[in-house]
Amino acid sequence: MANTQTLRIGCAAGFSGDRTDAAAPVVRALIGSGQPAVLIFETLAERTLALAQLARRTQPDAGYEPLLDDLLRPVLADCLAHGVRIVSNFGAANPLGAARRIQQLAQELGARRPRVAVVHGDDLSGPQHRAALAQALGAAMPQEPVVSANAYIGAQPIADALRAGADIVVCGRVADPSLVLGPALAHFGWKMDDWDRLARATMAGHLLECGVQVTGGYFADPGYKDVPDLARLGYPIAEIDADGHCTITKPEGTGGRIDERTVKEQLLYELHDPAAYLTPDVVADITAARVEQAGPDRVRLTGVRGHARPPSLKVNVCFESGWFAEGEISYAGARAEARARLAGEVLRERLAGVAPLRLDLIGVASVFGDDAGRWLAAQAEGDARDVRLRAALQHTDQAAAQRLVREVTALYCTGPAGGGGVRTALRPRLGTVSCLVPREAVAEGFVLLD
Amino acid sequence: MNTDLNPLTVPLYRLAHSRTGDKGNRSNISVIAWHPALWDLLVAQVTEEAVARQFAQRRPGRVTRYLLPQLQAMNIVLDGVLDGGVNDALNLDSHGKALSFLLLDLPVQVPGALAPYLAGPR
Repeated sequence: MANTQTLRIGCAAGFSGDRTDAAAPVVRALIGSGQPAVLIFETLAERTLALAQLARRTQPDAGYEPLLDDLLRPVLADCLAHGVRIVSNFGAANPLGAARRIQQLAQELGARRPRVAVVHGDDLSGPQHRAALAQALGAAMPQEPVVSANAYIGAQPIADALRAGADIVVCGRVADPSLVLGPALAHFGWKMDDWDRLARATMAGHLLECGVQVTGGYFADPGYKDVPDLARLGYPIAEIDADGHCTITKPEGTGGRIDERTVKEQLLYELHDPAAYLTPDVVADITAARVEQAGPDRVRLTGVRGHARPPSLKVNVCFESGWFAEGEISYAGARAEARARLAGEVLRERLAGVAPLRLDLIGVASVFGDDAGRWLAAQAEGDARDVRLRAALQHTDQAAAQRLVREVTALYCTGPAGGGGVRTALRPRLGTVSCLVPREAVAEGFVLLD
Repeated sequence: MNTDLNPLTVPLYRLAHSRTGDKGNRSNISVIAWHPALWDLLVAQVTEEAVARQFAQRRPGRVTRYLLPQLQAMNIVLDGVLDGGVNDALNLDSHGKALSFLLLDLPVQVPGALAPYLAGPR
């Protein structure tokens, strides 16, 4: 079983909503290498699963990644023809639905029928899990209706599915780096307590999981951090060796850059304690990690260590959380800032007692501030000539939240001179709480579709 | 090189680059030296206390700094600075993606001898 040949893993999506033309150059590079290769798509942020559950309520066949067709259509036939296996969490709230759609798509494309595996066990939203969640959450258990509850499961069922011959592994919630560790486990045959190797491949997964954030996305800062051809960023490929060390690279001819700076930024992204990066599979430790340029757009990560995996799994619970309302109106020219500030005062008076109101002056101070308005209050009044007032509040009651939308709209006629360009939005809100449950509470596994 | 140059006060972005990530109501901000020669200055001046002052309006519950000297990088974790996080904040930038640039405005004292290592305009 133990394979020593380098495994290449390309990542063609880092979130739901990522570019859908990313995969083709990655797949060409993977096939061109002539070596074992896997393609992953990471499409689940913290709230994406709750949105997918809501979609499934109104349409039972939905609930998987809405862009599934657009992501797969350009590359599915080539991947099947050349043995590039696909692993993704694009199953979201309906992995089985996604798997069936992939089979249909392969047929439409005239490709061979893929062996598709569905990973299960992450979804804890059913009534049979409610007591366990209530116990784990204690006082944090939401009173409002629960929309989704999912455990972050690990790489084991992905590896098992690949060993069973799956061409495509469709998951719901799994820990993002497990999308990379799973194929590495299946390929190299590491033991599940080979903590150092598991940790190294996990950090390779961490570098890949946000797609182009390691190849020049979320990085460019003109004059300080310039990125060539930002509009055509290449998506990353990790070359993983039999010890789990990786080299990050990208397809030739694509934009972006991979250097020690892009890799260090992504290595620390969404990390807490660098000595203990917790995943379902292993606790990774990067305190002795090294990041070294190994060639143009090639960076090698070494020195990652691993410790025994945590005894419990993290669960995210999303619940209905009332309504969010926001509205904006613009002022320009002489005394624009003073007029925008006056409009804000009008909103404060009209909406007094409804809910805490946040006001921003876009063009003056609108991002670094706090919901309580301390930052904005500390900014001296200036004479900005192009200012957009933004107001936002949330309320459990839709009609109460709607009042903000009405009051901002009314500023057209009732507010200061020259106010224009009103835009408003009223959206249901989702809250999130998380907890830890014992591994035994989660029955993870996979099935191969016939 | 003239080592008797007067010390300069410059924004942190002349010494380091940075990226923000978020989990719930917690933000983490990396600070990575442009050059190894600047690392000791970062350790001495980008302290938990200095970061807490820079984020005072967000009322951080706790600021924790983790040093990674072999990468000339530090990871700064700020608890409770996202007004509830992506699900609860009223902020336009509820993830806090822009917060690295608030930290990069932190003033840092630089001995004149280290000025050649600073990024940006001379």
